[in-house]
Amino acid sequence: MSQIAPPRPAALWQAVASVLDPEVPVLTIEDLGILRDLHLDESGHVEVVITPTYSGCPAMDAITADVVEALAAVGCHDVSVRLVLAPAWTTDWISEVGRRKLQTYGIAPPSHRGDGPVPVALSVRCPQCGSADTRELSRFGSTACKSLWSCRSCLEPFDHFKAL
Amino acid sequence: MPTSTRHLATAPSNADVSRYALRLGDDALISAQRMGEWIAAAPQLEEDVALGNIALDLLGQARALLTYAGQLEGAGRDEDDLAYLRDERQFLNAQIFELGNGDFGFTVARLLVTSTYQHALYAGLRHSADSTLAAIAAKAVKEVDYHRDHATQWTLRLGDGTAESHRRMQQGVDDVWPYISELFESDALTTALAASGVAVDPNSLEEQVLVYVEQVLTEATLTRPEATVRHTGGRSGIHTEQFGYVLAEMQHLARSHPGAKW
Ligand SMILES: [Zn+2]
Repeated sequence: MSQIAPPRPAALWQAVASVLDPEVPVLTIEDLGILRDLHLDESGHVEVVITPTYSGCPAMDAITADVVEALAAVGCHDVSVRLVLAPAWTTDWISEVGRRKLQTYGIAPPSHRGDGPVPVALSVRCPQCGSADTRELSRFGSTACKSLWSCRSCLEPFDHFKAL
Repeated sequence: MPTSTRHLATAPSNADVSRYALRLGDDALISAQRMGEWIAAAPQLEEDVALGNIALDLLGQARALLTYAGQLEGAGRDEDDLAYLRDERQFLNAQIFELGNGDFGFTVARLLVTSTYQHALYAGLRHSADSTLAAIAAKAVKEVDYHRDHATQWTLRLGDGTAESHRRMQQGVDDVWPYISELFESDALTTALAASGVAVDPNSLEEQVLVYVEQVLTEATLTRPEATVRHTGGRSGIHTEQFGYVLAEMQHLARSHPGAKW
């Protein structure tokens, strides 16, 4: 009887990378850039490294549990998830795929941050109709990572993923 | 003192770094508690959400700092033990963070000062010789940047608004002013830790913080008050009468149901 080959790191990465962010459930943790690393040692222990978006992100516990579950589903039960703070997450780590998914979901993607002060998003495009005639209602939206906007063209409100 | 085991005259002890992390963590924790009290009581729904999100950022910073303080202390206390099971005299936050919320004008005035202070502090602490403090600061500085911006926008709107909003915003600034200088007090701990590159000397932050705050006040047609009284004591565990009420509310559940998980 042949033994089932243990999953290789690429397959493990794929399993973990498909975990969805609980607060923006169209984005995977890979799209979001919070999945930083994965190690498989000789004993078969898997260590996954993730980083929070904001210091107070309440989703980290749920994400940790989902990572463990995703690995269990591909046969890995010896798993640890390590949370790192450095280097600090930035919205610039959201992938191009992730940005397109945000747009389609109805959340205006973040502008690129660079190194300056709080970026003033001068022309956030409405994700519903594409109009640039929009205005900020509140710098803080439904979660720490979003601000609340409304569109003057289609009159719909929408979330904007703030640059961080 | 076992000087023979010390390789560098300036090598900081874990106990000192722990106490420093506790001070910053307590500032963030008590600030989060006060901001959280506005949820469902702010002038408008968006502001409930904004202050709630600011509180959440501060709570996240507090959790990281208290966890680290507990690890360095080496007595097995985690973030919850430190937040919920210490008494008033063991909290090391500056008094400005614990003052009652007052009206919205006072809350905005306080947030303008504290977020400007934390922004300057964390910007400096990003370069700390202590890699954990540097990592916490590098995240926090980007968050408090938004808090400072929020407080600035409100100060301008209220200060340069109606006669009533101007009056109450000025009153808020007047009331908060006697508590500002404590933020910039250096003592033996911060002097030693600053010398070893771990801490930011509080005294070195005063000028840049006041320059920013005064610039906002001027633009908001508000007047910088004269500090006739300077309250202090928080860093050594001396607090205002209002602090006991903050702790009672914050610690009640954890103390009534020890070890409860939810
Ligand atoms: Zn639109």
